[in-house]
Amino acid sequence: MTTDLTPETSPLVPTFDAPPSGRKLAIICSKGSLDMAYPGLILANAALGEGIEVHLFFTFWGFDMINREHMAELKFTPVGNPATHMPQGLGGLPGMTALATHKLRKSIADLDVPDVPEFLEQILGSGGHLWACRMSADMQHLTEKDLYEGVEGIISASEFIEMTEGAQLLFI
Amino acid sequence: MSTTTIGGHTLTVDQEGFLTDRSEWSEEVATALAEQIGVTLESEHWTVLSFLRAEHAQTGETPTLRRVSTGLEIPVKHLFELFPVKPAKKMAYVAGLPKPRGCV
Repeated sequence: MTTDLTPETSPLVPTFDAPPSGRKLAIICSKGSLDMAYPGLILANAALGEGIEVHLFFTFWGFDMINREHMAELKFTPVGNPATHMPQGLGGLPGMTALATHKLRKSIADLDVPDVPEFLEQILGSGGHLWACRMSADMQHLTEKDLYEGVEGIISASEFIEMTEGAQLLFI
Repeated sequence: MSTTTIGGHTLTVDQEGFLTDRSEWSEEVATALAEQIGVTLESEHWTVLSFLRAEHAQTGETPTLRRVSTGLEIPVKHLFELFPVKPAKKMAYVAGLPKPRGCV
């Protein structure tokens, strides 16, 4: 049964405005393995699609996600990961990391989910902000020219905390 | 399920206001829906809407923003310009389709 609840003067229309709260999301990406790169990217992308301001901070091993030399070649290893449901002894066999990485990449691509560099490009295109950690850059002797061109700057942890005042924070 | 009247069209909609009956959609309806959300439809918008309708007819799913971007070779950034703030939901709404379910 259908009921007409809304007269012509006030049609039922979904709300598509940005959250009036000025909601912001800060995501700290601290891992450099292929499987742990994706949660931050997917959540950032989802939040941007909801009109939420998003800042990603790449630190420590997460620096590999924006390091030109490694970003397209992140790896996945079953070692120490019981969720692969493989006998733990197999994970350390020669070639297993390459095999597991290949399979994971294929599963991701089959879902039409982009690889890391293309995903970062999509996040930028959606208005997201990418920041590199100063200490990680110094430790690895890297400068902005070593990093993905979409990174807005190399900043300290306190600068990131300042700029994300009031934001909800995810540490991955 | 309820109905709402937009631009003289009586439309069956879900709780949020998304159309639930594909057959009630027409270009005039799309124009009226777009007007409700402050979007003026131009040729690029129509290209996107046609793609959404065709994909949904073929797969039963509303394509995600990425799917639209790769399928039509339109940068995501431009899709945000065509349908600002929440492009995936807005284009689905104007196309008379449910919100996309995909994550990316």
